Amino acid sequence: MSSKHSLVLTEAPWLRVVLITLTLTFVALFLLLPLAAVITEALRNGVEAYWEAIVEPDALAAIRLTLTAAAIAVPLNLVFGVCAAWAIAKHDFRGKNLLVTLIDLPFAVSPVISGLIYVLMFGMQGWLGPWLAEHDIKIVFAVPGIVLATIFVTFPFVARELIPVMQEQGTEEEEAALTLGANGWQTFWRVTLPNIKWGLLYGVILCNARAMGEFGAVSVVSGHIRGQTNTLPLHVEILYNEYNFVAAFATASLLALLALVTLAVKSFVEWRAAQQAAAARNAEPPASVGSLA
Amino acid sequence: MIKHLFRTVAATTVLALGLAGAAAAKNLELLNVSYDPTRELYVEFNKAFVEHWKQQTGQTITVRQSHGGSGKQARAVIDGLEADVVTLALAYDIDEIAQRTGYIPADWQKRLPHNSSPYTSTIVFLVRSGNPKNIKDWDDLIRPDVQVITPNPKTSGGARWNYLAAWGYGLKKYGSDEKAKEFVTELFKHVPVLDSGARGATNTFVQRGIGDVLLAWENEAFLALNELGPGKFDIVVPSISILAEPPVTVVDKIAQKKGTTEVAKAYLEFLYSPAGQKIAAKNYYRPIYPELADPEDTKRFPKLELLTIDKDFGGWQKAQQTHFADGGTFDQIYAPKR
Repeated sequence: MSSKHSLVLTEAPWLRVVLITLTLTFVALFLLLPLAAVITEALRNGVEAYWEAIVEPDALAAIRLTLTAAAIAVPLNLVFGVCAAWAIAKHDFRGKNLLVTLIDLPFAVSPVISGLIYVLMFGMQGWLGPWLAEHDIKIVFAVPGIVLATIFVTFPFVARELIPVMQEQGTEEEEAALTLGANGWQTFWRVTLPNIKWGLLYGVILCNARAMGEFGAVSVVSGHIRGQTNTLPLHVEILYNEYNFVAAFATASLLALLALVTLAVKSFVEWRAAQQAAAARNAEPPASVGSLA
Repeated sequence: MIKHLFRTVAATTVLALGLAGAAAAKNLELLNVSYDPTRELYVEFNKAFVEHWKQQTGQTITVRQSHGGSGKQARAVIDGLEADVVTLALAYDIDEIAQRTGYIPADWQKRLPHNSSPYTSTIVFLVRSGNPKNIKDWDDLIRPDVQVITPNPKTSGGARWNYLAAWGYGLKKYGSDEKAKEFVTELFKHVPVLDSGARGATNTFVQRGIGDVLLAWENEAFLALNELGPGKFDIVVPSISILAEPPVTVVDKIAQKKGTTEVAKAYLEFLYSPAGQKIAAKNYYRPIYPELADPEDTKRFPKLELLTIDKDFGGWQKAQQTHFADGGTFDQIYAPKR
């Protein structure tokens, strides 16, 4: 692995200083400053106003909806991502490249289009709209539409994280397990899953962050009914448009907080993964065939 | 086999999601799909109506609101947003719902007094404090040093009123549609950003500090003046403007389905009641029965010459066709300029 033969730095010290200063300035200007601005604005009228904005019924409904959407989208994408990555990394079949491309589709299309797809499918003027209306099932402009749009925009995250990890590991370990008499489920549970767990967790974290933060696609299918179909990001927009800046920034600070937690968990996961990889290398000197090749 | 499995999973997911959605709403609930600047008006009005309804019938009702550009909101209702009542920026958007869905009878605008508009407004100019560019009338907007903020007439109802008011001025002043078009063409050369809704345009002007003059709903201008920063802006009333009638109606088919017809009707009628008229005036809308409103509120509205959509532009259907449909005058003046 790359850490084994890390490069020796040969740049002149001044260049290093310039590079570091530039990077830090950038980070401060484009990340820390806006974050600080959000928090100062949110607390402008004191902690009480901040708290009031967050426990206000419409805000609570938005928080609940955002959590619901993530709670459905993330597990589904977890299962889907593992299946897809498994199929792609460990098996050969016709149309594999097409499948990989399709998984990337949500990254490639604009989120607005992702939302419109559902309006065109389930909207009253769409394919299934009249049938759904007859059976009194609401998809767009209701919670299900928001969940569907969230699933759509977040579905590449887990698969995308896992495919390279699984490909790098190859199929040798699984093959060994199978020859030793393990069945498919045991192989997956005992061999594959432990190998991919950090990648998986990383994918889930990113997936969750996007699920909670998505704006465009959700905005199209939401219908913007306050207290009902507004997610947190949409609620921020509404408050801002109502000149209710303290509340808007207070709600936005929740999302910022979520981002910070995500970053912290992500760094922790990366750190643990690196640690474990190092431990594994030290424990068994003849490293697995896959990583040498 | 796999295909079958996939289908079953897909069907169950859709069904489960649908049921989850249906289970969420069971109480007596009214959804008012409205346009952009009415947020504050309906927050206050809904509170009053909920109380009124409770007193009248003993029933507890929740009124939900949804806001956005008028055209966009109409589109959402057409696509299945289940509005019991719509309160949009202009009649054309409701006509569109009636035509495309059949939820509303074609003669809906005759059902309530005054073209189904319980309040009216007009288009005025909002300028920065002290009017540094000395803007007095429509003519001043096409001076080389002036930048004008107005939203996009394709999506915003307010923007269509803006556009027609400008056109009307051109027509009165220069006497022909040709000249009016030249004037509006010139005017749109001074527009640096086209937001999709009136509220977005106000934010561009007020928050981001872009432009010298905002063409705004009178109610939106008053709101910016009084709530956002006293002393930061002035309102300039042009010599001619347009009588903007934002109409309201019950979406019959949806209300029937939800069993809310009676309360939906009462909701709209309450807009015409003394309480409704007072609240409208307080939120800077011109009440159609000014005598019912607080005189303190109504004296804020200046008198000016107002064109009307029916007399001066042949009604909304015609105005929409001529100016805002694909290939209409707005496309002609805005598209080839690059």
